[in-house]
Amino acid sequence: MAEATYLEAIRQGLFEEMERDPNVFCMGEDIGAYGGAFKVTDGLLERFGADRVIDTPISETGFVGAAAGAAHMGMRPVCEMQFIDFVSCAYSILTNYVATARYRAFLPCPMVVRGPSGGYVRGGPFHSQNPEAAFLHTPGLKIVYPATAADAKGLIKSAVRDDDCVLFFEHKYLYRRIKEELPQGDHVVPIGKARLAREGRDVSIITYAATVWKALEAAEQLEREDGLSVEVLDLRSLLPMDDEAIVATVKKTNRVLVVHEDTVTGGIAGEITARINELAFEWLDAPVRRVAAHDVPLPYAPQLEDFVLPQTADIVRAARWLAAY
Amino acid sequence: MAATTALASDPAARAGLSREQLLELYYWMRLTRSLEERLVNLYRQTKVVGGLFRSLGQEACAVGSAYALRREDVLSPLIRNLGSMLVKGATPLEVLRQYMAKGDSPTRGRELNIHFGDVEDRNFVGQISHLGDMVPVMAGVTLSFKLRKEPRVGLVYVGDGATSTGAFHEGINFAAVQRCPLVVVVENNRYAYSTPTSKQTAAERLVDKAAGYGIPGVRADGNDVVASYQVTRDAVARARRGEGVTLVELMTYRRKGHAEHDNQSYVPAGEIDRWARENDPLDRYAQRLTGGEGVAATELEALDARVQAEIDAATDLAERSPPPEPRDCLVGIYAEPPAAPALWYREGVQSAVDRHERPASWGTHDG
Repeated sequence: MAEATYLEAIRQGLFEEMERDPNVFCMGEDIGAYGGAFKVTDGLLERFGADRVIDTPISETGFVGAAAGAAHMGMRPVCEMQFIDFVSCAYSILTNYVATARYRAFLPCPMVVRGPSGGYVRGGPFHSQNPEAAFLHTPGLKIVYPATAADAKGLIKSAVRDDDCVLFFEHKYLYRRIKEELPQGDHVVPIGKARLAREGRDVSIITYAATVWKALEAAEQLEREDGLSVEVLDLRSLLPMDDEAIVATVKKTNRVLVVHEDTVTGGIAGEITARINELAFEWLDAPVRRVAAHDVPLPYAPQLEDFVLPQTADIVRAARWLAAY
Repeated sequence: MAATTALASDPAARAGLSREQLLELYYWMRLTRSLEERLVNLYRQTKVVGGLFRSLGQEACAVGSAYALRREDVLSPLIRNLGSMLVKGATPLEVLRQYMAKGDSPTRGRELNIHFGDVEDRNFVGQISHLGDMVPVMAGVTLSFKLRKEPRVGLVYVGDGATSTGAFHEGINFAAVQRCPLVVVVENNRYAYSTPTSKQTAAERLVDKAAGYGIPGVRADGNDVVASYQVTRDAVARARRGEGVTLVELMTYRRKGHAEHDNQSYVPAGEIDRWARENDPLDRYAQRLTGGEGVAATELEALDARVQAEIDAATDLAERSPPPEPRDCLVGIYAEPPAAPALWYREGVQSAVDRHERPASWGTHDG
């Protein structure tokens, strides 16, 4: 079987779910004839028609709200944010209406909001964001953020089948850079389960999305240059979060570095650190440390963006600090 | 505003409604008003846990518009649409339990007042407090009807205030483009909390906004229940024919404050009294029924008595309803897992409310 990119994996997942279930349909800006800003939905219109691949007005509140209404009636809408930065336009309806619907009114909201996320692409402040933390404290939503092509396919399929609203973050840096052979058949990855990306004994790196690859690079360098055995845990799901996998890696290495691309203050690393403190304090041999973005709106120029975002060298430096503690 | 509809012995003027149906409209309006009056009593007895919202003076537009729907059609009410919900099948017992935060209320004590729904059978959707949001949601509900070729229609209410929101604009525009079978009813009651419509929009008439969306807009006297029914019925029929969205503006007046605590100090002197005296929708309709329609006053009195008996019985039942079990608050946030765990310090203990827990003192003390 041919290899597929991260982007093709998402498209395959959408195709398969739309083939499988006639209630699945897509909405978004420029997703039909144009195939989406990054071509994730390319070919969907030809295969499924304009009723199931709907080009919307520029109205994130409008079509996310419409997705909720259609979902109440048994449909399974998938909304594309042209860039995930624009999900903030739908923040109110997602957090107030969608997330609460099941709890307050017993209205099911099986829907997916997906879109290209993340930096390292010189996209500037409005085409590079990682707004996952903004939704982490909203009960009623689920959040996934895959790092591999196989997980991207398996998680988009799970997200479409989930009976609640799933925010599906896609890392645009990974869209065409990651390529692998995908598992055969109906490949579904359960929401809420982390993936051990690399086994190790000395230091654990807990991360997700693009920084999984930076952590793996760092782990190789640390093994080569320092003889350190670094474990890398790819969370994949942020809400719900796999506490069991987090605690297991803490107990194994006793030294933990949490890495993400989002800004450090109020980022998800703080939540992970708090959980480790509450669930596995006695197993720690060093304070939990964070490597994340500086608290800065993401600038455009390569020299600026590279300084703000976490780099492989930062992870190497932090892991050495932990190993020596 | 249109003048009071003239004598309606002519079937065209009564919008094709039978005598029985005309009396039914009276019943729903009276039930709305009397149920709210009962809620005021319960509120003063502190049995209503939260705020109380009235629709006094707006019963005609709520009841008349909802009466244009079939059971399978979906209605999205607002806070002044108790009458619409009753027409659609909500019961006084549900409303009373809901206001009293009972465990067997439609939302099991999770939501307030008339924020509840039922899309399995009676087909009305639980609203949220963020005004305008129900427009995109109902665009999606009716989009599903269009995609599945179901001959169903949706009706969403907004107030004059909600027409200023982005969600209203995005929702009605989306529905218009998609030709969704949706009727958007603006109940223009002239105030959004304390803000008069003149401070809400520079538009002369809210119905004029329809032109900007490429959809028809119609306006009617919202204090005339038959006119409200008729204009909505036509918009519903148009939606069912697949011709898309209609914006309906019903002109009315909010005689009570935003909620029961609001003293309406911002209303010009005499305005409320004038509306009560000259344009009360129930008085107007009763006069019409006993006038041109030849209904005996005793017939209306019998309906009033029936309403009172129903509300008394529902109140008795609602008062006997149990409060929610505290731990039910953890159930049903997601389909899976079905419940969230209690936090570690709540394991094996009841909630602080149950134990009437009060700290002996605050801060450091020498005991």
